[in-house]
Amino acid sequence: MLTDQKRLSRKWQHLFLLIIVCCFTWLSIEMVQFDFYQSLLAIPTAGLWMVENLWITADTWREFPDIMLKLVETILMSVAATTIAAFISFFLGISGSTTTRRNGLMAGLSRGIASVARNIPVVAWALILLLSFGQNSLTGFLALFVGTVGFLTRAFMETIDEVGLKPFEALTATGATYFQVISKAVIPQALPQMLSWMLFMIETNIRSATLVGILTGTGIGYTFDLYYKTLNYEAVALVTLLIILTVIAIELTSNRIRKVIL
Amino acid sequence: MALLEIRGLNKSYQDHRVLTNIDFTVETGEFLSVIGPSGAGKSTLLRCINRLVEADSGEILFNGENILTLGRKSLRKERANIGMIFQHYNLVPRLTVIENVLHGRFGYKSTLQGMFGIFSEEEKERAFYLLEKLGIAEHAYKRCDQLSGGQQQRVGICRALIQDPKLILCDEPIASLDPHSSKVIMDYLKSITEEMGITCIVNLHQVEVAQSYSHRIIGLNKGHLVFNGPNRQLDTHHIGEVYGMDTRELITV
Ligand SMILES: Nc1ncnc2c1ncn2[C@@H]1O[C@H](COP(=O)(O)OP(=O)(O)O)[C@@H](O)[C@H]1O
Ligand SMILES: [Mg+2]
Repeated sequence: MLTDQKRLSRKWQHLFLLIIVCCFTWLSIEMVQFDFYQSLLAIPTAGLWMVENLWITADTWREFPDIMLKLVETILMSVAATTIAAFISFFLGISGSTTTRRNGLMAGLSRGIASVARNIPVVAWALILLLSFGQNSLTGFLALFVGTVGFLTRAFMETIDEVGLKPFEALTATGATYFQVISKAVIPQALPQMLSWMLFMIETNIRSATLVGILTGTGIGYTFDLYYKTLNYEAVALVTLLIILTVIAIELTSNRIRKVIL
Repeated sequence: MALLEIRGLNKSYQDHRVLTNIDFTVETGEFLSVIGPSGAGKSTLLRCINRLVEADSGEILFNGENILTLGRKSLRKERANIGMIFQHYNLVPRLTVIENVLHGRFGYKSTLQGMFGIFSEEEKERAFYLLEKLGIAEHAYKRCDQLSGGQQQRVGICRALIQDPKLILCDEPIASLDPHSSKVIMDYLKSITEEMGITCIVNLHQVEVAQSYSHRIIGLNKGHLVFNGPNRQLDTHHIGEVYGMDTRELITV
């Protein structure tokens, strides 16, 4: 039980924290000269512009096959980047998890790789890779791949950690070899959760692929950029609509799959 | 020759001494209980025997071989001869009962045979025979996480028995079970020793259970062996010594 005095001081702490956050917000607004009031006023105007210009007409539908082609290309690239990354992350996850690690060097290495790859945003990876690989689909693929390895390695490590030492110890005690233990105690227990993370990453990557595509000039991002720069706003609207529908469809599908495997 | 002989066993974690100079022997067919307050080093002692924990110094002679100096291959072979049963059963929850039982055969298989789960008809029949014997054959194809604690512990016993072990180590096998299931499990363990001649070493924290089931009792206190004798020799004075306090205190707790 908290004593009354402690509860009171906790209350003051919270109030103090709130004041600090408020001050910080105000200070930041002042520093970047962000005019909150003006931006609020701009919202109706922007909304009106959207309604007027982003209106999909029958004409626009002629672009549909082209857009779909690019969209499918983007989806396939995201899926490929995710699955290959998952394969690599699987091994990194096993050598990095506290349950299954065998030596500190490998564990540190895979944790390091995961941390570097994850803490640099995908867009930054795209820009960095752009310098060495140029504007092509390989760059986009690599950017997604690197980010995904970072995220999935971390997620897989935690999933394996969660399986815990118990079945691992029990099988070791029967005289099982390391690889027998991994394949029969750790993987069966961790696989559904790992697949779930992989599906999540496929969803995320399809979203990111659009942004990355704008930078690398490939896939649906490129199509979006092209229509945008040629002031074909109706087509821009169509592309956006199709991306949204795709993302929703993928999300629904992966939720279905999750229900079955978990 | 004794089945298991422990001489001058020491183990510490960093500066913290967990086992100090432990000596005792276990004969074939014995049912031995290890008692002591929590933190006394009971689990550590058991884990040193199959080297889930590496001891610092001493000797553990099992079948005349020093476990502590075995290489990887021979350690694996000896581990196959030693079954282990855990407080929390340590099954793979998502796998079926029969799969978990067959895990006990890995010590006799090549890595690839194990990874692909290749088992002979004989092994499968034996697994079903054991499930039958422990009264859980009807659950063979259920996932382990759908079983009660007592049933899971019986799966754990089957997994140990299918190893054809000479020795079974039980680390608080009934600490998570209700009184009825506890009795069932203890009766099974006792019958393993009596019918199959398999030696059992059981960590327990209930003194009465140790007294009514074992041939011999070992008492640990803060990593020291403070009692080693037949169960009827364990009187209130000894119990007080093991638990490091007045017996009257112990009873009122
Ligand atoms: N992995 C470990 N690292 C550090 N200390 C440990 C570890 N395992 C056990 N200990 C310590 O060793 C002592 C004995 O533990 P344990 O053998 O589990 O006792 P018991 O099973 O009798 O309750 C305890 O003080 C515990 O804190
Ligand atoms: Mg213990």
